[in-house]
Amino acid sequence: MSVLDVKDLSVDFGHHRNLVLDKVSLAVDDGQRLGLVGASGSGKTVLASAIMGLLPDNAHISGEILFRGTNLASLGDREFSKIRGRKLSMVFQEPMTALDPTMKVGLQAAELISLHRDSNPMATRDRVEQVFDRVGLSDAGKVTNAYPHELSGGQRQRVIIAMALMNRPALVICDEPTTALDATVQTQVLDVLDSELAASGAACLFISHDLNLVARMCNEVAVIHAGRIVERGTTEDVLNSPRHPYTRGLLATARIDQVEPGERLPVIEDFYTPDDRDNAGRHTELPRRWVSQYGPRQWRRSR
Amino acid sequence: MSVYTIDHVSRRFGSRRRSTQALNDVTLSVKEHERWGIVGESGSGKTTLLKILAGLDSPSEGKVLFMGKCLDIRDRATLGDLRSSVQMVFQDPRSSLDPRMRVGDIISEPLRSPLVKGKVPADADARVAEVLDAVGLPADSQRLFAHEFSGGQRQRIALARALAPNPSILLADEPVSALDVSVRAHVLNLIDDLVDSMGLTLIMVTHDLAVVRHTCDHVGVLYQGTLVEAGPTAEVLNNPREEYTRTLLASTRLGHA
Amino acid sequence: MKRFTVLFGLVLAGIVALSALVSLVWTPYNPNLVSSSRYSPPSWTHILGTDRLGMDTFSRIMTGAQTTLVVGILAVAIAALIGVPLGIIAGMGRKVAGELIGRASDVLFALPTLLLAVLLAAAKGASVTTATVAIGIATIPVFQRMARAATLTIMSQDYVLAAEVSGTPRSMIALRHVLPNIAPLLGVQAAASFSMAILAEAGLSYLGLSASPTTPTWGRMLRDANLFAAPLQAIIPGAAIALAVLGFNLLGDGVRDYLDPRLQEVR
Repeated sequence: MSVLDVKDLSVDFGHHRNLVLDKVSLAVDDGQRLGLVGASGSGKTVLASAIMGLLPDNAHISGEILFRGTNLASLGDREFSKIRGRKLSMVFQEPMTALDPTMKVGLQAAELISLHRDSNPMATRDRVEQVFDRVGLSDAGKVTNAYPHELSGGQRQRVIIAMALMNRPALVICDEPTTALDATVQTQVLDVLDSELAASGAACLFISHDLNLVARMCNEVAVIHAGRIVERGTTEDVLNSPRHPYTRGLLATARIDQVEPGERLPVIEDFYTPDDRDNAGRHTELPRRWVSQYGPRQWRRSR
Repeated sequence: MSVYTIDHVSRRFGSRRRSTQALNDVTLSVKEHERWGIVGESGSGKTTLLKILAGLDSPSEGKVLFMGKCLDIRDRATLGDLRSSVQMVFQDPRSSLDPRMRVGDIISEPLRSPLVKGKVPADADARVAEVLDAVGLPADSQRLFAHEFSGGQRQRIALARALAPNPSILLADEPVSALDVSVRAHVLNLIDDLVDSMGLTLIMVTHDLAVVRHTCDHVGVLYQGTLVEAGPTAEVLNNPREEYTRTLLASTRLGHA
Repeated sequence: MKRFTVLFGLVLAGIVALSALVSLVWTPYNPNLVSSSRYSPPSWTHILGTDRLGMDTFSRIMTGAQTTLVVGILAVAIAALIGVPLGIIAGMGRKVAGELIGRASDVLFALPTLLLAVLLAAAKGASVTTATVAIGIATIPVFQRMARAATLTIMSQDYVLAAEVSGTPRSMIALRHVLPNIAPLLGVQAAASFSMAILAEAGLSYLGLSASPTTPTWGRMLRDANLFAAPLQAIIPGAAIALAVLGFNLLGDGVRDYLDPRLQEVR
């Protein structure tokens, strides 16, 4: 049974209604891990925001987002907040901005529990320390009493992961969870995420621009490009026999360690025939990030 | 001929009592036309080192020789020499390009500097068009603002600015780590081509060994402010002497897992 | 919604500016013409009635707009022209300079506008000019602090480093990168200070520390009104002050959006 079933989801923004997601359909089964790969501007973060109900007011949604049979797209804020953070949770890209800098991290995690269920303070604290411990925050008692800025980047991201798993969610959405981290820390954090997802049995939608990471974490992969899902299959199939030229390009660009030093690196355009280029090929280096800090806007395309 | 001689350089920040050691006794020599990759994680001091080489910071101890002369950023003459031949590309093109300036003005900024002298082309407009073409952007990009471009295109603009005054040395601070993997190849190829065709000396700081392996012929590994290993790329990567280099190597090959 | 509020601010500010301009060449009556019809209610001859000396309120409100605008513009100009450069120097320069400017600004901030106005009035005699200068000087620290804080943010951006590597002198960095990037904030601050200055001048007028009785200003009219005999004569200048303040505040928000190229939607 699918925990998440997105059907023909289209999202556009503002007066100009420029389409960011174009009839996207995507299902995630119970306990399954689906990787979503795409470049910045491909719409992958919009999809995550749409599922989490975090789109800005000027977004127009059509289609359905079924979460265990409930259409999230038609839920009001109040009903949504009962699901969000409990059955549906998210790991953000920037651990520093996802945590409240004025609040001890243990308290932030505890609040997440008490928001969604009645539990006595002692039990809450035990649960927080237990989960912190699980994600490899050794000396959990000390970490719970720390403010976000007192922790390292890796520790902060572990806290975020712990918070996402705190209420035993059915689905965790990870949006570029390790992009902000150093390579060696990245490996450790992915390991933790891997084992904890497996232990909790939660399904996961893992979003990244890096095919390597997705291949490592997920058994299925979907490739999103210019607002459309262009390819979907098991990780093995997609890696070994990619069908869409964009996917072939992604694969080649992800592995610079396989290119002889000094040789020209393959770029995505190499994988498009001239015909493709007229259609979708010119999007590969997509102009502008359309989401500025002030909310989505349409910018003039530079040619 | 040595472009940079870094001689027992240390850099401390903060007061004497509570200081952090960003660089610890680093010694390194960079010769003309070499391509150096300085690898390290955040907090390893790699950006501090690059800032010292760019004349944006000075060492607490030790000295840096630039073209055989001691680099003193308070001395206008030596600083002028440095600015005339060293340019830099930053990590995040969203923050390294002034959001209120048009691309043409951004690129011509080094051309308008009173410090940069000698090789500066006389016709600034023509030069801007020339470097825009060299980085693969259309000439009419000049009139646009940086936010109208994608991340990869913005990094091209940053490269165009660096190349405008005809430098002989290019410093690059994580030039591709803020970019998508799929765009990374574009920018690396471009850096490769430009360094080749303009005969530049490249010093690139990065956390990604795969990038260094591809682009650089020499590598230095920084760990907590200390240069633990340095030498020709192939040698260091095939026979890492230090434990830390091995750890880095292991974490880079994520794709093999 | 946003567009509507900015438009509303523009209309209010526009009315103030228009009245000031028109009053230069025409008012229904001489604003200082004393007549026998005291405290007359609004009528066709006197649209907003007359005050205790029988002077036409509508004419005085129109003429008062001049003072309001001049006070606002001059006070903000004094504060910004001195405060902003000091703030940028404090934000870009050496630590010692920053500390010195900061402390000096603290001292000035501790002096109330009222005290400055009293001092200046004692030295030079109370007039609109002394009131304006007092308000302007008292507002310097506001601009200095805001400019300094904004400059510090800009200085941490890579494009400042990039400019330095490009060999751009510090003074040029201040003009080319810092000033344009802090301008939107300063614009908002200017609008806010503008309305504060209007309010402050009205207050000083009310206390007799600004305009002489022959100069019609809104604060002065408020002072001269008798709330019990003719409440309307107090309400009218009061409302004028409130609406002008509101107008310039709303306009300030619009100024910020307009000055930021990232916020301009391209059609």
